[in-house]
Amino acid sequence: MPDQLLFAMEVTLNGLMAGVLYSLVALGFVLIFKASGIFNYAQGVMALFAALTLVGIQDGQVPFAHLINAIFGTNVHHFGWHVPAVFAIILTLGVMVLFAIIVERYILKHLVNQEPIILFMATIGLAYFMEGFGDLMWGSDIKKLDIGLPQGLNETLESVTYGWWGYGFFIDNLDIAATIVAAILVITLTLFSQYSKTGRALRAVADDHQAALSVGISLRFIWVIVWSIAGFVALVAGVMWGAKSGVQFSLSLIALKALPVLMLGGFTSIPGAIVGGLIIGVGEKLFEFSIGPMIGGATENWFAYMLALLFLVFRPQGLFGDKIIERV
Amino acid sequence: MKLTKLVAAAALAIAAASPALADLVLPSLSYRTGPYAVNGIPVADGFADYLTMLNARDGGIGGVPIKMIECETGYNTEKGVECYEATKGEGALIYSPLSTGITYQLIPKATADGIPVHSMGYGRTSAANGKVFEWIFNYPATYWDGASIAINHILALENNDIKGKKIALVYHNSGYGKEPIRTLEELAKKHGFELSLLPVDHPGQEQKSQWLSIRQQKPDYVLMWGWGVMNPVAIQEAANIRFPMDHFIGIWWSGSENDVLPAGAGSNGYKALALANPGDGYPIMADMKKYVYDAGKSAGAGDQVGTVLYMRGMYQALLSTEAIRKAQEMSGEMNVTPAMVRDGMEALNITEELMAARGMPGFGPAFQVSCANHGGSGIAKIQQWDATTKKWSLVTDWISADRSIIDPLIAEDSEAFAKENNITERACN
Repeated sequence: MPDQLLFAMEVTLNGLMAGVLYSLVALGFVLIFKASGIFNYAQGVMALFAALTLVGIQDGQVPFAHLINAIFGTNVHHFGWHVPAVFAIILTLGVMVLFAIIVERYILKHLVNQEPIILFMATIGLAYFMEGFGDLMWGSDIKKLDIGLPQGLNETLESVTYGWWGYGFFIDNLDIAATIVAAILVITLTLFSQYSKTGRALRAVADDHQAALSVGISLRFIWVIVWSIAGFVALVAGVMWGAKSGVQFSLSLIALKALPVLMLGGFTSIPGAIVGGLIIGVGEKLFEFSIGPMIGGATENWFAYMLALLFLVFRPQGLFGDKIIERV
Repeated sequence: MKLTKLVAAAALAIAAASPALADLVLPSLSYRTGPYAVNGIPVADGFADYLTMLNARDGGIGGVPIKMIECETGYNTEKGVECYEATKGEGALIYSPLSTGITYQLIPKATADGIPVHSMGYGRTSAANGKVFEWIFNYPATYWDGASIAINHILALENNDIKGKKIALVYHNSGYGKEPIRTLEELAKKHGFELSLLPVDHPGQEQKSQWLSIRQQKPDYVLMWGWGVMNPVAIQEAANIRFPMDHFIGIWWSGSENDVLPAGAGSNGYKALALANPGDGYPIMADMKKYVYDAGKSAGAGDQVGTVLYMRGMYQALLSTEAIRKAQEMSGEMNVTPAMVRDGMEALNITEELMAARGMPGFGPAFQVSCANHGGSGIAKIQQWDATTKKWSLVTDWISADRSIIDPLIAEDSEAFAKENNITERACN
């Protein structure tokens, strides 16, 4: 088989894996948009905050240590214990649920029936607040994330492909782990929304707020549930991306990778987020591989948006988005 | 009577609110927030702590207190220019923008305003030509020096023969990252190596394509001009594809602890250029401890002490304050003006004796600035990361850049700049 074809196959595989990571971020946006019509600008910062909290808890870091030391003249930084990864994840989930309750009580409750743009602006404010709050709580130094995820070249795949074609493909073990986690996440979310009472209530709220309220569904409770699930998805995305780069404030920018995925897949579809992520991942990687070197490279950021726009020309609601029909 | 009292009260209030005119004002254009904060914080802390120490120990410079004005740029060029505009009226003596993008924007502004800019080891390389760039300084070394030093190191490893070798440059797709390309192209012609360019878009969180390309092309060496999250991701990806880490060499902005720690054991053996020595085993640190850390006056969280970038911030402050000290000596004035400081920068002679007297013996290179040469000695060392001890160690002594390549490039680029901007070269004797 020609080398270029083998390379293209390797790039496609890696594009699929990268696409899964984009989908993980996009999922959080979809969940909140579907249930409340809010485009949550803070989703990227939620991923950052969740990852910071996880590492902080795991390492036994004293929250707000800088503030405490400045006020009381103390010198505390760590509790001196190390929390096992599983417990740290559970505790972080607790923090994200608490965060969802606070958001509902102090922001969303006061903005019921407001224009979507007002809610969007509120999430912008929330994003900046959380970024500062995360810095104050856990510090802004880079943190190594270690919850035992495999990382590096998958030797089995490399040796198998080498045996077939004389060229071993590179696939990162972390990407494989992310794919498995994403698959479990999507299946769980689908089962939850289709077969649980809360899930059905969630879908009812997504379809029609007023109708859901009239049959006794608590909008406030549903919002807390949705933001909690989005917090959980943010934690998964934060862990996967944080394992690559360490947990640092640039993690909040992963949201930029989700936008073209949402444009392509639609803002209201979980399968759309997955398929959109895969198309964007493969599309940008193949474009960079084949055309990138001819035009100076670094095409991925803008090509993802170009690809999404191209799809929008033919399907303005995205591949799986709901077609909006407004009757006058 | 009432009017007199009112005027007096207003005058007192204005005097209290304004900075004391006698203060030596040094702006710190820092970034403690945003995606590049991880690297911006230690530099800003080191800069601030050194000035705090001088104020506490010596009462400033020549008995005149130093007033540092910190302004958050977020590593954003527009914000950096806003910071410049907001602080220049405070009597700013030297600007150190800590960003090549901001430096490029400040070159015409600071030149017009008559305020010196010191882009220490970054910024526009051809500003090293003081005949054209009267107010801009980039000592002790420039990016083009860095590119040449990296290639000289590779030459030393390869018995001075790199003909036919493949060298890839992974770079931040910005003005900063593109700086070394011209020099590397010239060096490729001279030494016969094959150069491939792999840009990484801001912020650099995702680099799968670039590293797959490296895996497929199999370059002999990879050079990196990265900043912020781009560095640890690149090092992790290099470890993932099992690229030999001792053949992976970063510029001095890709050689901090923040860059290698996230990759853990995978980063072992990674190399980077060193603008100054790693480590903090210098006599000055006793004074820093006494007057700053133990006195509870540390900038930021106080947790960056001794890191490569913290020490670089201190070094930046040292070079700025030495220029002010020189300006005071030359003018006989303690309250120096930006023009006097510019003269001081141009007359700066950083000797080993001076560094020892300041409590940092052997930390940085000895160099002399002049009217024509604003770029310093253009030398650097190579440091290598040991993931077991989590320490950088030096693997070479000072390496010089190839002046036969760099100097004509500087002359060519600065002449083009002078032509575009109708600048007549100064005569330097």
